[in-house]
Amino acid sequence: MFEIVEARPLARGIKLFVIKAPRIARKQRPGQFVIVRLDECGERIPLTIADANPKAGTVTIVVQAIGKTTMLLSMLEAGDSILDVVGPLGKPSEIEKFGTTVVVSGSVGTAMAYPTARELKRAGNKVISIVGARSKDLLVLEDEVRAVSDETYVVTDDGSYGQKGLVTDKLKELVDAGGVNYVLAIGPVPMMRAVANLTGPKQIKTIVSLNSIMVDGTGMCGGCRVLVNNSSQFACVDGPDFDATQVNFEVLTQRNNMYREQERASIERLQADPEAELKKLRESNRAHACALETAEVSHD
Amino acid sequence: MTDKIPSNNPLPNKERAKLPRQRVPEQDAQVRAHNFCEVNLGFPAEQARQESLRCIECPKPGCVTKCPVSVNVRAVIDLILAGDYLGAASKVREDNALPAITGRVCPVEDQCESGCVLGKKGEPVGIAYLERFVADWERETGQFGSPVSAPATGKKVGLIGSGPASLACAGDLIQMGHQVHVFEALHELGGVLVYGIPEFRLPKDIVRHEIEVLRRRGVVFETNVVVGKTVTIDELMQEEGFNAIFVATGAGLPKFLKVPGEHFNGVYSANEFLTRVNLMRAYLFPQYDEPLYPCKDRDVIVVGGGNTAMDAVRSALRLGAKSASIYYRRTEKEMPARVEEVHHAKDEGVHFEMLVNPVEFFGDEKGNLTSVKCIRQELGEPDDSGRRSPVPIKGSEFVVPCSVAIIAAGTSANPLIQSTTPGLAVTKRGYISASDDTLATSKPGVFAGGDIVTGGATVILAMGAGRKAAKSINAYLMGAPKESVQEQTGTAVSAD
Repeated sequence: MFEIVEARPLARGIKLFVIKAPRIARKQRPGQFVIVRLDECGERIPLTIADANPKAGTVTIVVQAIGKTTMLLSMLEAGDSILDVVGPLGKPSEIEKFGTTVVVSGSVGTAMAYPTARELKRAGNKVISIVGARSKDLLVLEDEVRAVSDETYVVTDDGSYGQKGLVTDKLKELVDAGGVNYVLAIGPVPMMRAVANLTGPKQIKTIVSLNSIMVDGTGMCGGCRVLVNNSSQFACVDGPDFDATQVNFEVLTQRNNMYREQERASIERLQADPEAELKKLRESNRAHACALETAEVSHD
Repeated sequence: MTDKIPSNNPLPNKERAKLPRQRVPEQDAQVRAHNFCEVNLGFPAEQARQESLRCIECPKPGCVTKCPVSVNVRAVIDLILAGDYLGAASKVREDNALPAITGRVCPVEDQCESGCVLGKKGEPVGIAYLERFVADWERETGQFGSPVSAPATGKKVGLIGSGPASLACAGDLIQMGHQVHVFEALHELGGVLVYGIPEFRLPKDIVRHEIEVLRRRGVVFETNVVVGKTVTIDELMQEEGFNAIFVATGAGLPKFLKVPGEHFNGVYSANEFLTRVNLMRAYLFPQYDEPLYPCKDRDVIVVGGGNTAMDAVRSALRLGAKSASIYYRRTEKEMPARVEEVHHAKDEGVHFEMLVNPVEFFGDEKGNLTSVKCIRQELGEPDDSGRRSPVPIKGSEFVVPCSVAIIAAGTSANPLIQSTTPGLAVTKRGYISASDDTLATSKPGVFAGGDIVTGGATVILAMGAGRKAAKSINAYLMGAPKESVQEQTGTAVSAD
């Protein structure tokens, strides 16, 4: 059982959680993720670790409510518990001195790009961040990103904040000006694909973090397989970071749509009575906590 | 050793051999093909007694020597005849920590029952059914046939993985008086017993009960720990005070066929399909959240001929598949699956297509699987495993429609532990190197067994490895005479 010690909204439909998970807090590196299961009936979903505090034994995740599980998770508050959190999974992002680096992030991807941007800066790189969102109310962690970047550009689709346009517009300017050695892109698949199409022909090393559908997260099931350089790779153990120019984004999109109908049905059921679902989760996890206590007492 | 037990069998040997083997009651094939309830219903007490009467009490019982964990079958049967079912259960537990499980999943035709003298002329004693009977009786009556543990040694052993190898090892180590801490990567305990083997063959409640028995005996379980990621073996030994480690992480990565089109939606590894259905209970969607690509009213093919393939194809049938077929590259004779599972699958309506191999998968514009192209094969020369290798027949390709294809073509080593444990030697194929005799690895205090050493095998072989490891871990911890440890392992294992 993993206690939520802090829960706060960051933007419309996006919420930050600080979770007590001492083992994970101690081991995690930027770019790694956890898999959570909310309650007994829950599915397992991967979520990138946005930050951690080894001393306090906590990890931070930032969640956008887009599926049933993330919507239900977003209803939780400090003091609630998540039944299962496992990690840190996946390979950490490669941190080296590349020179001038550009970190491109879209929407909630900013929370995932932030720890890597911070480490890139610590490793002595020049860090230029391009933070994108559809509109101002979907923008997260702008101050945190600014604090670890040499330059920060905010771009919104509707122009409600920062520059109007797409992150790739700004990236193109920077790339055309020359001197960019490394690009990291984390966000929606179309955004990552657009970045790859832009930087690939210019031979700029470009890394994307892939969030494919996973079950166990340890390489056992192969459900997260992606086509990289025309061969199957497992995002959970071979990734989640891959060379953007090698990734087959079409197959990624296709596989991410595999359960679309079931997802839609699950969301409809949740929305029919969200309070009841929340109550069910809380009761189920409380019962689990009691069972655990009993088991521990019987050891003594 | 078993000679001196006074027999509770009133019949002369001649009479015993004449008794027919008892048939275990089963759910009707047409009914069970549509539900996930257990297929075999198990012996009632009277049938267990009738079957026990058939044992002729060999002075040197082949059933015991053929059992990978050497269960004292003769003594167990005699206790059943005495009506002491709880005693029989504890007798089994002396050698086998998971009798309700092995009584259901052991390939007995190659093990205990193949050693039964009666099998030479007629049918062997139904040993697995008897083992299952005593274990079920113990559980259903809420009793607990626990052997007595040795005094505490103060030594702490970490077991990595909670599958059959680890659980068997835990049972023995706790009995020897050691502290036992089991780490599991998934959220539920049991390893392949819960993510791999389906409910209809091994109900999860039974696995949970066996684990509960171990918990009551003092074994500590911790889920959600991926050793190699969450914590390393060196950290466990240097910072968390573990005196020895047993690595039993199982088979690992699923093998795909490496043919075009395997990325289409609807192509699954058997590991993923079974994990979704069993561990995540996707067959109960939407009550459970984990989705499964739909099988209902669709054509499902399963590629492979082992127990995993049988589990997958029979699950697909229960999920309402229009057709559920096994595609195997050799013939039925070479299929590694348990004979009983193949029979069950046939009775339930699974179609078997032998000597075929998929060469390409096809999908529609959305990337959903629509059909598979296969090639027919014939058997050529025997390969390394002694089985005749299939050779493709030129020009024999054919295309069959299917919406779901499940690949059960085996697994390869998961490198998680190996790549994060300095000093741990691995084999050419990436499995952990361990001494055949002691399961000691190249790293002092670290032992390994089960599928992570042998590659994909059976539950009972993994349990046998677990017991062997417990024995040598005990010798290592309790400072067996140094020369004998060295003799056994051939490596410099210190006995401090």
